[in-house]
Amino acid sequence: MAKYIIKRFFMMIATILIIATLTFALMHTIPGSPFDDERTSNPTIQANLEKFYKLDEPMHIQYLYYLKSIVTFDFGPSIKKPNESVNELLARGFPISFELGMVTILVALLSGVTLGTFAALRHNGIIDYTAMTFAVVGISVPNFVLATLLIQQIAVNLEWLPPATWSSPLHMILPTLALATGPTAIIARLTRSSMLEVLTQDYIKMARAKGLSPVRIVVRHALRNALMPVVTIMGTMLAGILTGTFVIERIFAIPGMGKYFVESINNRDYPVIMGSTVFYSAFLVFMLFLVDIVYGFLDPRIKLHRKEGDA
Amino acid sequence: MTNSTTTKIVSPQNVKDEWFRPKQKEQGRAESVVRPSLSYWKDAWRRLRKNKLAMVGLAFLIFLLFMAIFGPILSPYSVTATDYPNQNKAPSLAHWFGTDEAGRDVFTRTWYGARISLFVGVMAALIDFFIGIVYGGFSGYKGGRTDAIMMRIIEVLYGLPHLLVVILLMVVMGPSLTTIIVALTVTGWVGMARIVRGQVLQIKNYEFVTASKSFGAKTSRIIGKNLLPNTMGPIIVQMTLTVPGAIFAEAFLSFLGLGVAAPFASWGVMTNDALPVILSGHWWRLFFPAFFISLTMFAFNVLGDGLQDALDPKLRR
Repeated sequence: MAKYIIKRFFMMIATILIIATLTFALMHTIPGSPFDDERTSNPTIQANLEKFYKLDEPMHIQYLYYLKSIVTFDFGPSIKKPNESVNELLARGFPISFELGMVTILVALLSGVTLGTFAALRHNGIIDYTAMTFAVVGISVPNFVLATLLIQQIAVNLEWLPPATWSSPLHMILPTLALATGPTAIIARLTRSSMLEVLTQDYIKMARAKGLSPVRIVVRHALRNALMPVVTIMGTMLAGILTGTFVIERIFAIPGMGKYFVESINNRDYPVIMGSTVFYSAFLVFMLFLVDIVYGFLDPRIKLHRKEGDA
Repeated sequence: MTNSTTTKIVSPQNVKDEWFRPKQKEQGRAESVVRPSLSYWKDAWRRLRKNKLAMVGLAFLIFLLFMAIFGPILSPYSVTATDYPNQNKAPSLAHWFGTDEAGRDVFTRTWYGARISLFVGVMAALIDFFIGIVYGGFSGYKGGRTDAIMMRIIEVLYGLPHLLVVILLMVVMGPSLTTIIVALTVTGWVGMARIVRGQVLQIKNYEFVTASKSFGAKTSRIIGKNLLPNTMGPIIVQMTLTVPGAIFAEAFLSFLGLGVAAPFASWGVMTNDALPVILSGHWWRLFFPAFFISLTMFAFNVLGDGLQDALDPKLRR
């Protein structure tokens, strides 16, 4: 197990390094300097600015400085808003995005697993068909479309819930709903199919023969094993949800990472784009790492599996 | 052999010899198979046809393809031409899907958007397919150390948050259709390569491959004739599921302002443009692009699911 964790850890470092290098390379292939606008046309100021941002150093030195900034977690000031650092933007935006992401994944997990389990228990029944219809629809409707529809219908036409911002639990319902529907659908389908498989296993028959209550059989015996595929996709799903927050935040005017990220894209504020990309990617890769470790603990077969080399 | 109309009870003495004749041997027919043999693809098609939802999806996609090609041509309006006197008109006989704030015809723009979505989706799937087949096929067939190294690379790439990489590339390369496709395939081929490799790894140990080798078949022949055709099922399923992913990504990027630039239309751009006006009751601006993105994703998803069942040899009856 320790060996597995160490291997995963180095894999994570490698991935983050690749993202960082990719980001650095891309940043330097952009034609022109960030100080090309008329405000800083004075050559002395220009030179001083370049010195301040260490743009006058040779490329490999710049790269080392850059790596240092990542390790020390200091992404420097924003170019378009010089009195604000990228760190400050991250500190302000990220907790909100994180909150939205976590609430979403919780909602998606709870409702997805419940839906999938009931669908499997009533295989080919009305609940099954309803749940699976919902699942296909949920996968098909993009979250930004769903978000706009929710605002239009529930917030504007019916006036049941506030249409925007992130100021109270009531405000959180619509964005969470918009973001969670897709993942819920995926989890429900996955839980259903693996649950159907697990329910035919001998140990379930055994549990039934022992006279255990159906609830106990499902919760204690079946669900545990049926959830393994769900755990496997948690990492990539989390990444999807956390990037999905970008669009949802924009639609609901939530002041999270997405807002600053999209703003920085539109302003072409490269330090902010690069800083938040690296930070966000590192965070996501770290979550993926955690999920893998959890999976390793849950499924003792994993080590054997990896050794054979097929996924 | 008895003639049912003349059946009557006859006593044994009256049985005549001429009633008996040797049964004609049916020359060569005895061993023949009555049902025509079903090839893998025919069988898959037969099973796919029984899946109503998948067939509805397929029919819709054919319709969409037709409209994507001919819709903008058939329409009397141009995609980009503005017509300010007719701005924000609700759907009518003149403008079936209404007009936007510059008087552009939403009907024409919707089918133009279909063109872009289908193009991005299909191109991304095709490029993924080629890279994935080469990389995964080579890795799986070689095995051993080569495979281990190639798989480590894939595992690292798999950990990259795809949409972020795509956004980053879009920012740097500037928004264009080519950029979207490049950005999507840079990370997208990994899934395909994994699937191809897994399949090749499994199939290359089957007896018919060993037999082929013992007859002295060249590596290229084994890969081309034995391995790849047998991996096509999962590959096609993966491709069908890549397309909606790419369509979603394009719409997502356009929605963030990183996609196709105005005045050209894509579904994501149209949804994005509709966002500020939903409060003013111009429902058609949002409804049509949103409806068709969702329906297209739905069609590809159900078709992919159907293909998955139809192409799975384990489910073959």
